[in-house]
Amino acid sequence: MKEILINNALTFLLLLTAFVAVFLQAAWDFPRNLLGVPLNLLPPLMVFAAFRTGVTTISLLAGLGGLFTDALSANPLGVSMLPLLWVGLAIHHWRELILQEFAYARFIVGFIASAAAPLLTLIIIMTLGKRTLAGWAFVWQWMIMALTGGLLTPLSFWLLDAAAERLVPGPVVRPSFRPDREIKRGRY
Amino acid sequence: MLKQQHLVSVAVMLLLAMVLFNLPEQVAIRIKAGIGGLFLPLFGLAAAGQTVVDSGVSATVPRRALLRELANTRAENQQLAVRAMQGEEALRENERLRQLLGWQKQSPWNIKLARVIARDTAAWWRTLRIDLGTRDGLRPGLPVLVREGLIGKTGDVALTTSEVILIGDPNCRVAVLVRETGEMGVLLGMSEGVFDHRLVDLSHLPRNSSVKPGQTVYTSGLGGVFPAGLPVGTIVDSRSVGYGLYTEARVRLAADTSKTREVAVLFP
Repeated sequence: MKEILINNALTFLLLLTAFVAVFLQAAWDFPRNLLGVPLNLLPPLMVFAAFRTGVTTISLLAGLGGLFTDALSANPLGVSMLPLLWVGLAIHHWRELILQEFAYARFIVGFIASAAAPLLTLIIIMTLGKRTLAGWAFVWQWMIMALTGGLLTPLSFWLLDAAAERLVPGPVVRPSFRPDREIKRGRY
Repeated sequence: MLKQQHLVSVAVMLLLAMVLFNLPEQVAIRIKAGIGGLFLPLFGLAAAGQTVVDSGVSATVPRRALLRELANTRAENQQLAVRAMQGEEALRENERLRQLLGWQKQSPWNIKLARVIARDTAAWWRTLRIDLGTRDGLRPGLPVLVREGLIGKTGDVALTTSEVILIGDPNCRVAVLVRETGEMGVLLGMSEGVFDHRLVDLSHLPRNSSVKPGQTVYTSGLGGVFPAGLPVGTIVDSRSVGYGLYTEARVRLAADTSKTREVAVLFP
């Protein structure tokens, strides 16, 4: 029961964070003007979800996060869902082989996820026959997106772990003391 | 070996994606507008926060600077009033001449101001979102401009918000005219391999084009979307392409859309 509650709370937290992240991606001009590309905040969230949750949460995050992204973009509806899902499932599949508690490992996984997700999205868009702006200058933008995604991944772990701790209290540890096993001192 | 749960989730998402990709365009636009509507409270909050910040900043501006600004604005207002009178006279003269020649009467364009509330979440499109929609009378294909010149046209329009497709996006082509030479061409998209988002390619110029850097580019009025005479930008350079069959030029857009916070939508 406790496990289900923790999972549901974490899923809700992740979906809420994804919603706010997509809003920031669209409405916050500062990083876009500074870096020349919008911050892509969903791949770092997906890395967190892949390490900390199960397939259901990963699918929900990919589905809703992708739809949120496409709703505020000229992307065809649904193109961002599949790349996020593939990235999430791949990391989840190999999560036991990755040193996930180390910041540098999180950075590398975040970097790869943030590089793979936009590239796969772009491939799907091109497969659908749409013309985009992606040219040689996009290679630079892609590298910036991957690097910022990598840097944001350890930060997202730190923030979401802290938020999850406050949202759901940890399991109560039962003491080993038992009244029936108390040593009675005195005369018998 | 993938677990069964993974396969099921991939299959469900693939199915969902296929359904979404094959939806009729109007249905997809409506679903997008519906999902985008969920963000409206956050956009409202952001706008309110911006207003508070702006009023806080203006409260700290010294009185002397405000008075100087007021004096400048009054002087500018007087100049503009004189120009408006001249413009109105020119319009009346234009109407009289059109009547004499029996040409079709031109209806004046109306303007509605809008606030930019979001920009595209993807790096491979050049669009932004404004806070006017169908309830304000907007429809797809209306010209959008700022003080410096044309920036694009309206795309998908929802009830309270609209997408603006900016010049440079592959879905916004503009028929233009180089004022100094009278040559016509089409603005296609952003120039390849450059990092300056204000540089766009001007194509379909004649083979022996005489365009030179610094010459000004205006809308030609051809194509029916944009009225003639809206400033677009200036020529940066030109080159012969297609084994000398035609000329292409690069145009630096007059408006910097990365800092745009308010735009004007033109209504016929």
